[in-house]
Amino acid sequence: MSDRLYVGTRKGLFLYQRSGRGEWKIEKTAFVGDPVTYLLPDERDGTIYAALNLGHFGVKLHRSFDSGETFHEVTAPAYPKAEEGAKEDAPAVKLLWCLEAGGADRPGVLWAGTIPGGLFRSDDRGESWRLNDPLWNEPERTRWFGGGYDHPGIHSVIVDPGDSRRLLLGVSCGGVWITEDDGSSWRVSTKGMYAEYMPPESREDPSIQDPHRMVMCPSAADVLWVQHHNGVFRSSDGGKSWQSISSKPSSFGFAAAIHPRDPKTSWLVPLVKDERRVPVDGKVVVARTQDGGESFEVLREGLPQEHAYDVVYRHGMDVDKSGDRLAMGSTTGSLWVSEDQGDSFRTLSTQLPPVYSVRFA
Amino acid sequence: MPVVAFTPNLTRHLDCPEMVVPAGTVAEALETVFAQNPRLRSYIVDEQGRLHQHVAVFVGGELVRDRLHLMDRVQDHQDVFVMQALSGG
Repeated sequence: MSDRLYVGTRKGLFLYQRSGRGEWKIEKTAFVGDPVTYLLPDERDGTIYAALNLGHFGVKLHRSFDSGETFHEVTAPAYPKAEEGAKEDAPAVKLLWCLEAGGADRPGVLWAGTIPGGLFRSDDRGESWRLNDPLWNEPERTRWFGGGYDHPGIHSVIVDPGDSRRLLLGVSCGGVWITEDDGSSWRVSTKGMYAEYMPPESREDPSIQDPHRMVMCPSAADVLWVQHHNGVFRSSDGGKSWQSISSKPSSFGFAAAIHPRDPKTSWLVPLVKDERRVPVDGKVVVARTQDGGESFEVLREGLPQEHAYDVVYRHGMDVDKSGDRLAMGSTTGSLWVSEDQGDSFRTLSTQLPPVYSVRFA
Repeated sequence: MPVVAFTPNLTRHLDCPEMVVPAGTVAEALETVFAQNPRLRSYIVDEQGRLHQHVAVFVGGELVRDRLHLMDRVQDHQDVFVMQALSGG
């Protein structure tokens, strides 16, 4: 079980450590005052990566070789320099939105998803990066559009644990993209997804689908969950097709987590709906299924049940490797941990800065 | 000769001592600084060489107009000051 929790917020990184008595305390802080947009504890070598988006001075990437004790800046992903005449409209990374390890058999390989929607690869633990040209040059990519941000972005990068050459991407708004050949070619794969809020003729258009978050069961890689702008979708064939799932008390939200060994168990954090992004009736709850989405339990023990307007962002929930410990942080600075798969939660804080990313290590 | 100086807020992230540069354009002045302090580049301009949206550069007390190509002139008697805009925090 994980005793260490990294929390990236609007105003810094907070490292929680669980004591032998079961108490979670902040052991260390870093980057206080600066937005920490994403965290990757790389279990292959213990390196901690922290993505920053400095309000004035751009996107940065830092890494730590001593479990967060000290961080050092490394190169952040960046787009290739444009020709002089094309400079005005050339892309620049606005947000390092996600960062994932490139597979157990490839130490040092990292994948990064950004806004605007580029996928970048590093082969040297973030010392250098290169844009994945096949995806960037894919004609369909130009139809992606921003969802919540001015530009589209890649927020979920999943590396198939059984085949590091197989990647799945979640794009807002641009659907789910899959490569089987290490990024040399890509296909969009959203069969079964739909968006009721779009004009009828665009409802099933793959490139307008807005997955908010996509997660894969590490021990059953064919099983994927997507919390989508329109609702919840599940795939049991590796993302080839998707089935609509009805969650409780609603099907809108951002975050999703899946049990690492039980593909039938998953957690969501529902909100009213897209035009009212707050918990239903002001009560923070977690929806859990243990039967692959046939039914959901609404879990609320230990969560605020009166005038609570916490939103858990797409990277704001994580489950540890045991599948028992769940953590989630909210836009209003609350942080909760469960040690019993969500049956009950404990409040670790109600006064953190807005939480962007939580990761167990 | 012009002096390029930086907001103290940057020193929280990296060292950026002020530096004397030849007169020319803002782009040339910054390139002279970046040659000595390569890490500073990504804090001031994006990968396309444009000023970050929330960075402001003053020459002789006037806000520079060309944020894309940085072609505003820096005269011999003028100094360059790089600061964070009041937005973007």
